Amino acid sequence: MKKVLILGAGTAGTIMANTLSRKAGKDWAITIIDQAEEHYYQPGFLFMPFGVYTEKDVVKPRKKFLPSRAVYRQAKLDRIIPEENKVLLEGGEEEAYDILIIGTGCDIAPDEVEGLTGSDWGTRSHDFYTFEGARRLAAAMKDWQGGRLVINIAEMPIKCPVAPLEFAFLADWHLTQRGLRDKTEIVYVTPLSGAFTKPIASAILSHLLEEKNIKVEQDFAIGSVDNEGHKIVSWDEREIGYDLLVSVPTNMGNPLIDRSGMGDELNFVPTNRDTLQAKAAENIFVLGDATDLPTSKAGSVAHFQAEVLTANILSYMKGEEMEERFDGHANCFIESGYGKGFLLDFNYEQEPVPGHFPFPHVGPFGLLSETRINHLGKLAFKYVYWHMLLKGYPIPFVDHRMSYLGKKVPKASA
Amino acid sequence: MEITGTTVDLNEEGFLTDRSQWNRDVAAELAKEEGIELTDEHWKVLEFIESDYAEKNAVPGMRRMNKVGGIPTKDLYRLFPNGPIKKAARIGGFPKPASCV
Repeated sequence: MKKVLILGAGTAGTIMANTLSRKAGKDWAITIIDQAEEHYYQPGFLFMPFGVYTEKDVVKPRKKFLPSRAVYRQAKLDRIIPEENKVLLEGGEEEAYDILIIGTGCDIAPDEVEGLTGSDWGTRSHDFYTFEGARRLAAAMKDWQGGRLVINIAEMPIKCPVAPLEFAFLADWHLTQRGLRDKTEIVYVTPLSGAFTKPIASAILSHLLEEKNIKVEQDFAIGSVDNEGHKIVSWDEREIGYDLLVSVPTNMGNPLIDRSGMGDELNFVPTNRDTLQAKAAENIFVLGDATDLPTSKAGSVAHFQAEVLTANILSYMKGEEMEERFDGHANCFIESGYGKGFLLDFNYEQEPVPGHFPFPHVGPFGLLSETRINHLGKLAFKYVYWHMLLKGYPIPFVDHRMSYLGKKVPKASA
Repeated sequence: MEITGTTVDLNEEGFLTDRSQWNRDVAAELAKEEGIELTDEHWKVLEFIESDYAEKNAVPGMRRMNKVGGIPTKDLYRLFPNGPIKKAARIGGFPKPASCV
């Protein structure tokens, strides 16, 4: 019996366990390892500070989503030894593999910014990329009476690069409803030279920030946090005071990757952008937030990659050529407040542009335009996530290859 | 743009469109536009970008400069004030660093 070993039972690992359980030959055993018992619906963290989602919307037991064919081990990972095709667990046990799938994701690393985990951390400054952080931020928002609310991205890349913008839009809406918007200055502080990473979307979103009277401080590379003065300080010595700091700290791959000597400077795994094979070894594959690929770190990406990777791994198991190619496809809803939202659809080559999705002229979703149905799509995604996406079923009408149909691509950017 | 008798093509943001047109004189001229006089310390940074670009086909970010290049952020801001990566990339003749996705 040969073995596929999957590290991480988050979005990426869970999907792979499900698709391979349905499709891999009976001569293959499947084992999946994760250290935590709970599966978090991470896109839901964004909504917790505004009371839209409660804790039970975003947490469920992992086991419920894993197939019976796969062996689930709850254990901490020590390191991968690619030369010996094995993984060491904490406590000295080991798991051998014929094929390894790395889906260990990424996490915030607040210690990377001097002073960020100082006395304000957990009181005046919070994150919303962890369950605990989102919970504390929810309490802080509840107590909020006005002042300066600063949203800061420490450095790129981050998981779900639109989430900090969504936080700003939702805060504007939420505080308006509570009659506190006039007493609140919202400042969006980013290391980028604009609202977003891609030019056309950035221009549209910048305009929206302006409309909502959200101030933008760009090209701000945070150097440290002054906890006494309640200020963030950039390397070029700009200072921004805060009453509440919503921080998106540095994102890094799992420390296991570093211990295995397999990561780049942020512990992301160098990965072949087409086949999703690790550059380190031909029987190791990587997907989801753990890769170093130039596409969004997002659940939709993990889902599209899983389709490609499932096909490629099935070929690999049979000793055949791997023929599927990942094109960098990402599909992201952006909540903009007031029950509306945007939708972005893009890949390695094509930046997000206006249009309709998935059907030309019809939609129903509007690309890069603010509509009610985009917002409903985002809310419906929670259902899709728990019931279809984690099971590894294709999303109707949405292929892992990005479609140009319905996209209004300006000539110069095509 | 004319530099020491040769023509250099720049895009609308002032970045070289063809690195084969780049040489040390071009770098010095571009640096002058940014108000920077190139020293050995600057060259150490530019040379690291060059070798890393050859390997990764991308201008290294701040963290890679620190960790792989061994150049502290503080030094980068001292050498190339206000947006060190962007400035160093421009002077080195590389494309504008692509922001991450």
